[in-house]
Amino acid sequence: MRITHKVPRRIFTNHSWKCVATFLCMAMCCARVFAFEISSEMSESVAPVTQTVAAQDIFAENVLAHNAPEQDANAPLVEPVNAATNFNSAATPNAMPERPWFNIEKLWLLLWIVFIGGAVTVSVWLAKSGRPIRIRRIAALEAVDNAVGRATEMGRSILFVPGIQDMDNIQTVAGLTMLGRVAKTAAEYDATIEVPTCRSLVMEAARDTVRASYLSAGRADGFSVDRITYITDDQFGYVAHVVGSMVREKPATCFYMGCFFAESLIFAETGNAIGAIQIAGTAESSQLPFFVAACDYTLIGEEFFAASAYLSGEPAQLGTLRGQDVGKFAVVVLIALGVLASTILVMAPNAAVVGWFLGGLQKVLGG
Amino acid sequence: MKRIIPMWIAIIGGFAMMLSSFVPLAESAGEMFADVFNVVAAIAFVLGAGSLAKQHLEKLSRRDAGWGYSIITLGSFLITLFIGLGKIGIHPNEQFPQAPYSGSNEMEGSAFGWIYEYMITPLTSTMFALLAFFVASAAFRAFRAKNTEAILLLVTAFIVLLGRTFAGVVLTGWFPDWASGLRLENLSIYVMQVFNTAGNRAIMIGIALGVAATGLRILFGIDRSWLGGGDA
Repeated sequence: MRITHKVPRRIFTNHSWKCVATFLCMAMCCARVFAFEISSEMSESVAPVTQTVAAQDIFAENVLAHNAPEQDANAPLVEPVNAATNFNSAATPNAMPERPWFNIEKLWLLLWIVFIGGAVTVSVWLAKSGRPIRIRRIAALEAVDNAVGRATEMGRSILFVPGIQDMDNIQTVAGLTMLGRVAKTAAEYDATIEVPTCRSLVMEAARDTVRASYLSAGRADGFSVDRITYITDDQFGYVAHVVGSMVREKPATCFYMGCFFAESLIFAETGNAIGAIQIAGTAESSQLPFFVAACDYTLIGEEFFAASAYLSGEPAQLGTLRGQDVGKFAVVVLIALGVLASTILVMAPNAAVVGWFLGGLQKVLGG
Repeated sequence: MKRIIPMWIAIIGGFAMMLSSFVPLAESAGEMFADVFNVVAAIAFVLGAGSLAKQHLEKLSRRDAGWGYSIITLGSFLITLFIGLGKIGIHPNEQFPQAPYSGSNEMEGSAFGWIYEYMITPLTSTMFALLAFFVASAAFRAFRAKNTEAILLLVTAFIVLLGRTFAGVVLTGWFPDWASGLRLENLSIYVMQVFNTAGNRAIMIGIALGVAATGLRILFGIDRSWLGGGDA
Protein backbone atom coordinates (compact mmCIF):
# COMPACT_ATOMS: atom_id res chain seq x y z
CA MET A 1 0.00 0.00 0.00
CA ARG A 2 1.36 3.37 -0.98
CA ILE A 3 1.33 5.97 1.76
CA THR A 4 1.28 9.53 0.63
CA HIS A 5 1.85 12.48 2.91
CA LYS A 6 -0.28 15.39 2.04
CA VAL A 7 1.91 18.45 2.50
CA PRO A 8 -0.12 21.58 3.25
CA ARG A 9 0.47 24.06 0.47
CA ARG A 10 1.46 27.52 1.64
CA ILE A 11 -0.52 30.01 -0.33
CA PHE A 12 1.34 33.11 0.76
CA THR A 13 5.03 32.30 0.64
CA ASN A 14 7.75 34.95 0.83
CA HIS A 15 8.06 34.71 -2.94
CA SER A 16 4.37 35.35 -3.55
CA TRP A 17 4.42 38.35 -1.21
CA LYS A 18 7.35 39.71 -3.17
CA CYS A 19 5.53 39.14 -6.46
CA VAL A 20 2.47 41.01 -5.18
CA ALA A 21 4.65 43.86 -3.89
CA THR A 22 6.59 44.05 -7.17
CA PHE A 23 3.37 44.15 -9.18
CA LEU A 24 1.93 46.89 -6.95
CA CYS A 25 5.21 48.76 -7.19
CA MET A 26 5.28 48.65 -10.98
CA ALA A 27 1.62 49.63 -11.21
CA MET A 28 2.06 52.60 -8.89
CA CYS A 29 5.28 53.72 -10.56
CA CYS A 30 3.58 53.58 -13.98
CA ALA A 31 0.63 55.49 -12.55
CA ARG A 32 3.02 58.08 -11.13
CA VAL A 33 4.88 58.46 -14.44
CA PHE A 34 1.64 58.79 -16.42
CA ALA A 35 0.29 61.23 -13.87
CA PHE A 36 3.51 63.20 -14.27
CA GLU A 37 3.14 63.33 -18.06
CA ILE A 38 -0.53 64.25 -17.85
CA SER A 39 0.21 66.98 -15.30
CA SER A 40 3.01 68.30 -17.55
CA GLU A 41 0.63 68.44 -20.50
CA MET A 42 -2.02 70.07 -18.34
CA SER A 43 0.42 72.63 -17.00
CA GLU A 44 1.43 73.46 -20.59
CA SER A 45 -2.18 73.92 -21.64
CA VAL A 46 -3.00 75.83 -18.44
CA ALA A 47 0.08 78.06 -18.72
CA PRO A 48 -1.42 80.72 -21.04
CA VAL A 49 -4.44 80.99 -18.73
CA THR A 50 -2.13 81.45 -15.76
CA GLN A 51 -0.17 84.05 -17.69
CA THR A 52 -3.38 85.91 -18.49
CA VAL A 53 -4.43 85.85 -14.85
CA ALA A 54 -0.99 87.07 -13.81
CA ALA A 55 -1.14 89.81 -16.42
CA GLN A 56 -4.57 90.86 -15.18
CA ASP A 57 -3.13 91.07 -11.67
CA ILE A 58 -0.30 93.30 -12.94
CA PHE A 59 -2.86 95.47 -14.72
CA ALA A 60 -5.06 95.77 -11.64
CA GLU A 61 -2.07 96.55 -9.40
CA ASN A 62 -0.85 99.25 -11.78
CA VAL A 63 -4.26 100.89 -12.09
CA LEU A 64 -4.74 100.75 -8.33
CA ALA A 65 -1.28 102.24 -7.86
CA HIS A 66 -2.22 105.05 -10.24
CA ASN A 67 -5.42 105.81 -8.37
CA ALA A 68 -4.07 105.37 -4.85
CA PRO A 69 -4.61 108.59 -2.88
CA GLU A 70 -1.60 108.07 -0.54
CA GLN A 71 0.81 107.63 -3.44
CA ASP A 72 4.22 109.22 -3.13
CA ALA A 73 4.29 112.49 -5.09
CA ASN A 74 7.79 111.82 -6.43
CA ALA A 75 6.99 108.34 -7.63
CA PRO A 76 6.47 108.05 -11.40
CA LEU A 77 2.86 107.57 -12.33
CA VAL A 78 1.98 104.49 -14.26
CA GLU A 79 -0.13 105.34 -17.24
CA PRO A 80 -3.06 102.99 -17.82
CA VAL A 81 -1.94 102.78 -21.45
CA ASN A 82 1.47 101.46 -20.38
CA ALA A 83 -0.21 99.07 -18.00
CA ALA A 84 -2.31 97.79 -20.85
CA THR A 85 0.84 97.39 -22.90
CA ASN A 86 2.34 95.39 -20.03
CA PHE A 87 -0.81 93.33 -19.95
CA ASN A 88 -0.51 92.52 -23.65
CA SER A 89 3.18 91.78 -23.50
CA ALA A 90 2.76 89.61 -20.41
CA ALA A 91 0.02 87.66 -22.11
CA THR A 92 2.33 86.82 -25.02
CA PRO A 93 4.05 83.47 -24.39
CA ASN A 94 7.31 84.86 -25.80
CA ALA A 95 7.51 87.30 -22.90
CA MET A 96 7.95 84.47 -20.39
CA PRO A 97 11.55 84.20 -19.15
CA GLU A 98 13.26 81.14 -20.56
CA ARG A 99 14.79 78.66 -18.10
CA PRO A 100 18.54 78.37 -18.57
CA TRP A 101 19.70 74.94 -19.69
CA PHE A 102 22.47 74.98 -17.09
CA ASN A 103 22.57 76.36 -13.54
CA ILE A 104 25.65 78.57 -13.83
CA GLU A 105 25.80 79.07 -10.04
CA LYS A 106 26.80 75.44 -9.69
CA LEU A 107 29.57 75.55 -12.30
CA TRP A 108 32.37 75.21 -9.75
CA LEU A 109 30.60 72.32 -8.03
CA LEU A 110 30.38 70.54 -11.39
CA LEU A 111 34.07 71.20 -12.04
CA TRP A 112 34.92 69.77 -8.60
CA ILE A 113 32.88 66.64 -9.36
CA VAL A 114 34.60 66.29 -12.75
CA PHE A 115 38.00 66.77 -11.08
CA ILE A 116 37.35 64.18 -8.34
CA GLY A 117 35.70 61.82 -10.84
CA GLY A 118 38.71 62.18 -13.13
CA ALA A 119 41.14 61.57 -10.26
CA VAL A 120 39.17 58.46 -9.24
CA THR A 121 39.06 57.15 -12.83
CA VAL A 122 42.80 57.68 -13.37
CA SER A 123 43.59 56.06 -10.01
CA VAL A 124 41.42 53.05 -10.83
CA TRP A 125 43.12 52.72 -14.21
CA LEU A 126 46.57 52.93 -12.59
CA ALA A 127 45.59 50.39 -9.95
CA LYS A 128 44.26 47.99 -12.58
CA SER A 129 47.47 48.32 -14.57
CA GLY A 130 49.34 46.85 -11.61
CA ARG A 131 50.71 49.93 -9.89
CA PRO A 132 50.97 49.16 -6.15
CA ILE A 133 48.72 51.16 -3.81
CA ARG A 134 49.62 51.68 -0.19
CA ILE A 135 46.63 52.22 2.09
CA ARG A 136 47.16 53.10 5.74
CA ARG A 137 46.03 50.56 8.26
CA ILE A 138 42.56 51.15 9.72
CA ALA A 139 42.35 49.44 13.12
CA ALA A 140 38.56 49.16 13.11
CA LEU A 141 38.57 47.24 9.83
CA GLU A 142 41.48 45.03 10.86
CA ALA A 143 39.38 44.06 13.89
CA VAL A 144 36.38 42.83 11.85
CA ASP A 145 37.72 39.28 11.41
CA ASN A 146 38.67 39.04 15.09
CA ALA A 147 35.26 40.33 16.16
CA VAL A 148 33.43 37.79 14.00
CA GLY A 149 35.80 35.04 15.19
CA ARG A 150 35.10 35.98 18.80
CA ALA A 151 31.36 35.55 18.25
CA THR A 152 31.98 32.13 16.68
CA GLU A 153 34.16 31.01 19.57
CA MET A 154 31.66 32.19 22.17
CA GLY A 155 28.76 30.59 20.29
CA ARG A 156 26.83 33.85 20.32
CA SER A 157 25.35 35.92 17.55
CA ILE A 158 26.59 39.04 15.76
CA LEU A 159 24.34 42.09 15.77
CA PHE A 160 24.49 44.43 12.77
CA VAL A 161 22.53 47.71 12.95
CA PRO A 162 22.43 49.50 9.55
CA GLY A 163 21.30 52.87 10.94
CA ILE A 164 17.82 54.33 11.06
CA GLN A 165 17.55 55.96 7.65
CA ASP A 166 16.19 54.65 4.36
CA MET A 167 17.99 53.55 1.20
CA ASP A 168 18.08 57.11 -0.16
CA ASN A 169 20.74 57.92 2.43
CA ILE A 170 24.31 57.22 1.26
CA GLN A 171 25.28 56.17 4.81
CA THR A 172 22.72 53.35 4.70
CA VAL A 173 24.14 52.22 1.35
CA ALA A 174 27.67 52.32 2.81
CA GLY A 175 26.39 50.39 5.85
CA LEU A 176 24.95 47.69 3.60
CA THR A 177 28.19 47.35 1.65
CA MET A 178 29.88 46.79 5.01
CA LEU A 179 27.15 44.29 5.93
CA GLY A 180 27.98 42.34 2.77
CA ARG A 181 31.60 41.96 3.91
CA VAL A 182 30.72 41.13 7.52
CA ALA A 183 28.09 38.59 6.43
CA LYS A 184 30.59 36.87 4.14
CA THR A 185 33.08 36.53 7.00
CA ALA A 186 30.28 35.34 9.30
CA ALA A 187 29.25 32.74 6.71
CA GLU A 188 32.84 31.51 6.41
CA TYR A 189 33.17 31.28 10.20
CA ASP A 190 29.69 29.74 10.55
CA ALA A 191 28.56 32.54 12.87
CA THR A 192 24.99 33.81 13.22
CA ILE A 193 24.26 37.36 12.13
CA GLU A 194 21.13 39.28 13.22
CA VAL A 195 20.08 42.42 11.33
CA PRO A 196 17.11 44.34 12.79
CA THR A 197 16.13 47.16 10.41
CA CYS A 198 14.21 50.38 10.81
CA ARG A 199 12.88 50.57 7.21
CA SER A 200 11.18 47.94 5.09
CA LEU A 201 13.25 48.78 2.03
CA VAL A 202 16.46 48.43 4.01
CA MET A 203 15.24 45.02 5.24
CA GLU A 204 14.75 43.82 1.66
CA ALA A 205 18.12 45.20 0.54
CA ALA A 206 19.85 43.68 3.59
CA ARG A 207 18.26 40.28 2.92
CA ASP A 208 19.51 40.29 -0.65
CA THR A 209 22.98 41.44 0.43
CA VAL A 210 23.35 38.79 3.15
CA ARG A 211 21.89 36.06 0.92
CA ALA A 212 24.41 36.89 -1.81
CA SER A 213 27.25 36.94 0.75
CA TYR A 214 26.32 33.49 2.05
CA LEU A 215 26.08 32.27 -1.53
CA SER A 216 29.51 33.63 -2.46
CA ALA A 217 30.97 32.04 0.69
CA GLY A 218 29.52 28.69 -0.41
CA ARG A 219 27.20 28.51 2.60
CA ALA A 220 23.81 29.15 1.02
CA ASP A 221 22.22 26.64 3.44
CA GLY A 222 23.34 28.75 6.43
CA PHE A 223 21.30 31.77 5.38
CA SER A 224 18.04 32.39 7.20
CA VAL A 225 15.72 35.15 6.04
CA ASP A 226 14.18 35.38 9.52
CA ARG A 227 17.36 36.86 11.00
CA ILE A 228 16.91 40.07 8.99
CA THR A 229 13.75 41.65 10.28
CA TYR A 230 11.80 44.85 10.08
CA ILE A 231 10.98 46.34 13.48
CA THR A 232 9.40 49.79 13.15
CA ASP A 233 9.96 53.14 11.47
CA ASP A 234 9.70 54.86 14.85
CA GLN A 235 13.14 55.84 16.13
CA PHE A 236 12.72 54.98 19.80
CA GLY A 237 10.44 52.01 19.15
CA TYR A 238 13.32 50.56 17.16
CA VAL A 239 15.75 51.42 19.95
CA ALA A 240 13.54 49.65 22.51
CA HIS A 241 13.49 46.46 20.42
CA VAL A 242 17.23 46.42 19.64
CA VAL A 243 18.32 47.26 23.18
CA GLY A 244 15.90 44.67 24.61
CA SER A 245 17.20 41.94 22.32
CA MET A 246 20.79 42.93 23.14
CA VAL A 247 20.14 42.52 26.86
CA ARG A 248 18.30 39.19 26.37
CA GLU A 249 20.47 37.54 23.71
CA LYS A 250 23.82 39.13 24.63
CA PRO A 251 25.48 39.19 21.18
CA ALA A 252 29.26 38.80 21.29
CA THR A 253 29.85 41.44 18.60
CA CYS A 254 27.88 44.54 17.65
CA PHE A 255 28.31 46.53 14.45
CA TYR A 256 26.70 49.96 14.11
CA MET A 257 27.18 51.11 10.51
CA GLY A 258 24.98 53.80 9.04
CA CYS A 259 23.17 56.99 9.93
CA PHE A 260 22.48 57.43 13.64
CA PHE A 261 21.05 60.17 15.78
CA ALA A 262 20.14 60.20 19.49
CA GLU A 263 20.01 56.40 19.66
CA SER A 264 23.75 56.00 19.03
CA LEU A 265 24.75 56.31 22.66
CA ILE A 266 21.89 54.08 23.88
CA PHE A 267 23.06 51.28 21.56
CA ALA A 268 26.74 51.75 22.33
CA GLU A 269 26.31 51.95 26.11
CA THR A 270 24.04 48.89 26.18
CA GLY A 271 26.56 46.96 24.07
CA ASN A 272 29.29 48.06 26.44
CA ALA A 273 27.25 46.92 29.44
CA ILE A 274 26.77 43.40 28.02
CA GLY A 275 30.49 43.11 27.25
CA ALA A 276 30.20 42.94 23.46
CA ILE A 277 33.04 43.98 21.19
CA GLN A 278 31.70 46.99 19.31
CA ILE A 279 32.66 48.47 15.94
CA ALA A 280 30.83 51.60 14.81
CA GLY A 281 30.92 53.76 11.71
CA THR A 282 28.94 56.86 10.83
CA ALA A 283 29.23 60.15 8.99
CA GLU A 284 27.06 61.99 11.53
CA SER A 285 29.72 64.14 13.14
CA SER A 286 27.48 64.93 16.13
CA GLN A 287 27.27 61.22 17.02
CA LEU A 288 30.93 60.38 16.57
CA PRO A 289 31.98 61.40 20.14
CA PHE A 290 29.41 58.99 21.60
CA PHE A 291 30.66 56.09 19.52
CA VAL A 292 34.28 56.97 20.30
CA ALA A 293 33.48 57.04 24.02
CA ALA A 294 31.54 53.77 24.17
CA CYS A 295 32.77 51.53 21.32
CA ASP A 296 36.01 49.60 20.92
CA TYR A 297 36.61 50.82 17.37
CA THR A 298 35.06 53.68 15.42
CA LEU A 299 35.21 54.47 11.72
CA ILE A 300 35.26 58.25 11.57
CA GLY A 301 33.60 59.90 8.58
CA GLU A 302 35.58 59.10 5.45
CA GLU A 303 36.95 55.84 6.96
CA PHE A 304 33.37 54.60 7.04
CA PHE A 305 32.97 55.22 3.31
CA ALA A 306 36.37 53.66 2.61
CA ALA A 307 35.54 50.50 4.59
CA SER A 308 34.03 48.50 1.76
CA ALA A 309 36.92 49.25 -0.61
CA TYR A 310 39.48 48.54 2.14
CA LEU A 311 37.96 45.18 3.02
CA SER A 312 37.54 44.10 -0.60
CA GLY A 313 41.25 44.53 -1.32
CA GLU A 314 40.39 44.82 -5.05
CA PRO A 315 42.77 47.17 -6.92
CA ALA A 316 39.90 48.95 -8.67
CA GLN A 317 38.19 49.80 -5.37
CA LEU A 318 41.44 50.75 -3.64
CA GLY A 319 42.14 53.03 -6.59
CA THR A 320 39.05 55.07 -5.73
CA LEU A 321 40.57 55.75 -2.30
CA ARG A 322 43.67 57.15 -3.99
CA GLY A 323 41.43 59.38 -6.13
CA GLN A 324 39.66 60.55 -2.96
CA ASP A 325 43.07 61.44 -1.47
CA VAL A 326 43.93 63.52 -4.57
CA GLY A 327 40.74 65.53 -3.97
CA LYS A 328 41.66 65.92 -0.31
CA PHE A 329 45.15 67.13 -1.24
CA ALA A 330 43.65 69.74 -3.59
CA VAL A 331 41.33 70.99 -0.82
CA VAL A 332 44.24 71.18 1.65
CA VAL A 333 46.32 73.22 -0.83
CA LEU A 334 43.42 75.61 -1.48
CA ILE A 335 42.76 76.03 2.25
CA ALA A 336 46.46 76.75 2.87
CA LEU A 337 46.45 79.33 0.06
CA GLY A 338 43.27 80.88 1.46
CA VAL A 339 44.76 81.16 4.96
CA LEU A 340 47.93 82.73 3.52
CA ALA A 341 45.98 85.21 1.37
CA SER A 342 43.71 86.18 4.32
CA THR A 343 46.74 86.77 6.53
CA ILE A 344 48.41 88.92 3.89
CA LEU A 345 45.20 90.89 3.41
CA VAL A 346 45.01 91.61 7.16
CA MET A 347 48.62 92.82 7.18
CA ALA A 348 48.31 94.79 3.91
CA PRO A 349 44.65 95.72 3.31
CA ASN A 350 45.48 97.56 0.06
CA ALA A 351 46.91 94.51 -1.71
CA ALA A 352 44.33 94.41 -4.52
CA VAL A 353 45.79 91.32 -6.19
CA VAL A 354 45.48 89.31 -3.00
CA GLY A 355 41.88 90.51 -2.54
CA TRP A 356 41.06 89.49 -6.11
CA PHE A 357 42.73 86.10 -5.55
CA LEU A 358 40.78 85.56 -2.31
CA GLY A 359 37.49 86.43 -4.03
CA GLY A 360 38.26 83.92 -6.78
CA LEU A 361 39.15 81.28 -4.20
CA GLN A 362 35.83 81.80 -2.44
CA LYS A 363 34.03 81.20 -5.74
CA VAL A 364 36.06 78.04 -6.40
CA LEU A 365 35.19 76.67 -2.96
CA GLY A 366 31.53 77.64 -3.34
CA GLY A 367 31.66 80.48 -0.81
CA MET B 1 20.43 39.31 -14.34
CA LYS B 2 19.31 39.80 -10.72
CA ARG B 3 22.38 42.00 -10.19
CA ILE B 4 22.65 43.69 -13.58
CA ILE B 5 19.13 45.19 -13.51
CA PRO B 6 19.38 46.75 -10.00
CA MET B 7 22.85 48.02 -10.86
CA TRP B 8 21.61 49.77 -14.01
CA ILE B 9 18.60 51.18 -12.15
CA ALA B 10 21.03 52.63 -9.58
CA ILE B 11 23.32 54.01 -12.32
CA ILE B 12 20.50 55.62 -14.34
CA GLY B 13 18.71 56.95 -11.24
CA GLY B 14 21.97 58.31 -9.78
CA PHE B 15 23.01 60.12 -12.95
CA ALA B 16 19.47 61.49 -13.43
CA MET B 17 19.50 62.91 -9.90
CA MET B 18 22.93 64.42 -10.51
CA LEU B 19 21.80 65.93 -13.81
CA SER B 20 18.69 67.41 -12.22
CA SER B 21 20.91 69.30 -9.79
CA PHE B 22 22.74 71.12 -12.61
CA VAL B 23 20.20 71.35 -15.42
CA PRO B 24 17.00 73.18 -14.40
CA LEU B 25 15.10 71.56 -17.28
CA ALA B 26 15.84 68.12 -15.81
CA GLU B 27 14.62 69.04 -12.32
CA SER B 28 11.25 67.38 -12.92
CA ALA B 29 13.00 64.13 -13.89
CA GLY B 30 14.86 64.18 -10.58
CA GLU B 31 11.60 64.81 -8.72
CA MET B 32 10.01 61.92 -10.59
CA PHE B 33 12.80 59.55 -9.51
CA ALA B 34 12.36 60.75 -5.91
CA ASP B 35 8.61 60.06 -6.20
CA VAL B 36 9.27 56.59 -7.60
CA PHE B 37 11.51 55.92 -4.59
CA ASN B 38 8.68 56.97 -2.26
CA VAL B 39 6.29 54.64 -4.06
CA VAL B 40 8.73 51.72 -3.81
CA ALA B 41 9.34 52.47 -0.11
CA ALA B 42 5.57 52.58 0.55
CA ILE B 43 5.04 49.22 -1.15
CA ALA B 44 8.01 47.73 0.72
CA PHE B 45 6.11 48.60 3.89
CA VAL B 46 3.77 45.69 3.07
CA LEU B 47 6.78 43.38 3.22
CA GLY B 48 7.88 45.01 6.47
CA ALA B 49 4.49 44.52 8.07
CA GLY B 50 4.49 40.90 6.84
CA SER B 51 7.93 40.33 8.38
CA LEU B 52 6.81 41.83 11.70
CA ALA B 53 3.67 39.69 11.83
CA LYS B 54 5.54 36.53 10.85
CA GLN B 55 8.28 37.14 13.41
CA HIS B 56 5.81 37.52 16.29
CA LEU B 57 3.44 34.77 15.16
CA GLU B 58 6.36 32.34 15.07
CA LYS B 59 7.41 33.47 18.54
CA LEU B 60 3.88 32.85 19.74
CA SER B 61 3.60 29.42 18.14
CA ARG B 62 6.95 28.34 19.62
CA ARG B 63 6.04 29.81 23.02
CA ASP B 64 9.46 31.49 23.17
CA ALA B 65 10.49 33.49 26.24
CA GLY B 66 8.47 36.70 26.37
CA TRP B 67 5.78 35.47 23.97
CA GLY B 68 3.24 37.54 25.88
CA TYR B 69 4.85 40.69 24.54
CA SER B 70 4.26 39.39 21.02
CA ILE B 71 0.52 39.34 21.74
CA ILE B 72 0.73 42.99 22.84
CA THR B 73 2.75 43.91 19.74
CA LEU B 74 0.42 42.16 17.32
CA GLY B 75 -2.67 43.47 19.13
CA SER B 76 -1.39 47.05 19.09
CA PHE B 77 -0.42 46.71 15.43
CA LEU B 78 -3.84 45.45 14.39
CA ILE B 79 -5.80 47.93 16.52
CA THR B 80 -3.76 50.90 15.24
CA LEU B 81 -4.11 49.65 11.67
CA PHE B 82 -7.88 49.32 12.08
CA ILE B 83 -8.21 52.78 13.64
CA GLY B 84 -5.95 54.38 11.03
CA LEU B 85 -7.61 52.80 8.00
CA GLY B 86 -11.12 53.11 9.43
CA LYS B 87 -10.50 56.76 10.38
CA ILE B 88 -12.30 56.30 13.69
CA GLY B 89 -13.45 59.54 15.29
CA ILE B 90 -12.68 61.64 12.24
CA HIS B 91 -15.26 64.02 10.84
CA PRO B 92 -15.56 64.48 7.07
CA ASN B 93 -13.57 67.26 5.51
CA GLU B 94 -15.51 70.54 5.34
CA GLN B 95 -14.89 70.74 1.61
CA PHE B 96 -16.35 67.27 1.03
CA PRO B 97 -19.05 66.78 3.69
CA GLN B 98 -20.68 63.97 1.70
CA ALA B 99 -17.55 61.79 1.75
CA PRO B 100 -17.34 60.07 5.17
CA TYR B 101 -13.62 59.20 4.87
CA SER B 102 -12.42 62.56 3.55
CA GLY B 103 -11.08 63.77 6.93
CA SER B 104 -7.38 63.61 7.77
CA ASN B 105 -5.91 61.29 10.42
CA GLU B 106 -4.06 64.31 11.77
CA MET B 107 -7.35 66.03 12.59
CA GLU B 108 -7.84 67.09 16.21
CA GLY B 109 -9.93 64.64 18.21
CA SER B 110 -9.19 61.63 16.03
CA ALA B 111 -8.57 58.26 17.70
CA PHE B 112 -5.35 57.95 15.73
CA GLY B 113 -4.19 61.32 17.03
CA TRP B 114 -5.14 60.26 20.58
CA ILE B 115 -2.98 57.12 20.27
CA TYR B 116 -0.10 59.23 19.01
CA GLU B 117 -0.43 61.92 21.66
CA TYR B 118 -1.15 59.79 24.72
CA MET B 119 0.67 56.53 23.93
CA ILE B 120 3.45 56.98 21.35
CA THR B 121 4.71 60.34 22.63
CA PRO B 122 5.05 59.31 26.33
CA LEU B 123 6.70 56.01 25.37
CA THR B 124 9.13 57.80 23.05
CA SER B 125 9.89 60.39 25.73
CA THR B 126 10.62 57.59 28.21
CA MET B 127 13.16 56.02 25.88
CA PHE B 128 14.68 59.41 25.12
CA ALA B 129 14.98 60.20 28.83
CA LEU B 130 17.25 57.16 29.26
CA LEU B 131 19.81 59.06 27.24
CA ALA B 132 20.67 61.30 30.20
CA PHE B 133 21.84 58.30 32.23
CA PHE B 134 23.78 56.86 29.31
CA VAL B 135 25.51 60.21 28.76
CA ALA B 136 26.54 60.24 32.42
CA SER B 137 27.98 56.70 32.29
CA ALA B 138 29.77 57.36 28.96
CA ALA B 139 31.21 60.63 30.30
CA PHE B 140 32.43 58.88 33.45
CA ARG B 141 34.34 56.35 31.33
CA ALA B 142 35.63 58.84 28.75
CA PHE B 143 36.89 61.35 31.28
CA ARG B 144 39.07 58.98 33.30
CA ALA B 145 42.53 60.57 33.32
CA LYS B 146 44.51 57.56 32.10
CA ASN B 147 47.02 59.32 29.84
CA THR B 148 47.93 62.77 28.52
CA GLU B 149 45.21 62.78 25.84
CA ALA B 150 42.56 61.78 28.37
CA ILE B 151 43.72 64.55 30.74
CA LEU B 152 43.49 67.11 27.91
CA LEU B 153 39.99 65.85 27.09
CA LEU B 154 38.97 66.08 30.74
CA VAL B 155 40.27 69.63 31.16
CA THR B 156 38.62 70.80 27.91
CA ALA B 157 35.34 69.18 28.88
CA PHE B 158 35.36 70.92 32.24
CA ILE B 159 36.09 74.29 30.65
CA VAL B 160 33.17 73.87 28.23
CA LEU B 161 30.82 72.45 30.88
CA LEU B 162 31.53 75.18 33.43
CA GLY B 163 31.71 77.93 30.82
CA ARG B 164 28.23 77.16 29.56
CA THR B 165 26.66 77.28 33.02
CA PHE B 166 26.31 80.02 35.63
CA ALA B 167 29.06 78.32 37.64
CA GLY B 168 31.63 79.56 35.14
CA VAL B 169 30.59 83.17 35.65
CA VAL B 170 30.62 82.78 39.44
CA LEU B 171 34.05 81.16 39.48
CA THR B 172 35.91 83.48 37.09
CA GLY B 173 33.69 86.53 36.74
CA TRP B 174 36.00 88.51 39.07
CA PHE B 175 38.92 88.33 36.61
CA PRO B 176 40.01 91.88 35.61
CA ASP B 177 39.22 93.15 32.11
CA TRP B 178 42.78 92.67 30.84
CA ALA B 179 42.42 88.95 31.68
CA SER B 180 38.84 88.59 30.45
CA GLY B 181 39.97 86.11 27.82
CA LEU B 182 40.67 83.67 30.65
CA ARG B 183 37.13 83.79 31.99
CA LEU B 184 35.52 80.36 31.65
CA GLU B 185 32.63 81.58 29.51
CA ASN B 186 35.08 83.19 27.06
CA LEU B 187 37.40 80.19 27.11
CA SER B 188 34.42 77.96 26.37
CA ILE B 189 33.49 80.08 23.33
CA TYR B 190 37.12 80.04 22.18
CA VAL B 191 37.35 76.24 22.45
CA MET B 192 34.08 75.74 20.58
CA GLN B 193 34.80 78.31 17.84
CA VAL B 194 38.43 77.46 17.15
CA PHE B 195 39.36 73.90 18.13
CA ASN B 196 35.93 72.31 17.77
CA THR B 197 35.06 74.04 14.50
CA ALA B 198 38.46 73.25 12.97
CA GLY B 199 38.19 69.56 13.87
CA ASN B 200 34.57 69.37 12.78
CA ARG B 201 35.28 70.97 9.41
CA ALA B 202 38.18 68.60 8.78
CA ILE B 203 35.83 65.66 9.38
CA MET B 204 33.14 67.25 7.20
CA ILE B 205 35.55 67.72 4.27
CA GLY B 206 36.61 64.08 4.60
CA ILE B 207 32.97 62.97 4.70
CA ALA B 208 32.10 65.04 1.60
CA LEU B 209 34.96 63.49 -0.37
CA GLY B 210 34.04 60.03 0.97
CA VAL B 211 30.42 60.50 -0.14
CA ALA B 212 31.61 61.60 -3.60
CA ALA B 213 33.99 58.63 -3.95
CA THR B 214 31.36 56.14 -2.69
CA GLY B 215 28.77 57.61 -5.06
CA LEU B 216 31.18 57.32 -7.99
CA ARG B 217 32.10 53.72 -7.00
CA ILE B 218 28.41 52.76 -7.06
CA LEU B 219 27.54 54.80 -10.18
CA PHE B 220 30.46 53.33 -12.14
CA GLY B 221 29.57 49.82 -10.92
CA ILE B 222 33.00 49.35 -9.32
CA ASP B 223 31.54 48.58 -5.87
CA ARG B 224 28.84 45.92 -6.05
CA SER B 225 29.01 44.71 -2.48
CA TRP B 226 25.57 46.25 -1.83
CA LEU B 227 24.36 43.65 -4.35
CA GLY B 228 26.18 40.92 -2.46
CA GLY B 229 29.55 41.43 -4.19
CA GLY B 230 31.08 39.44 -6.99
CA ASP B 231 30.72 39.95 -10.69
CA ALA B 232 27.46 41.10 -12.14
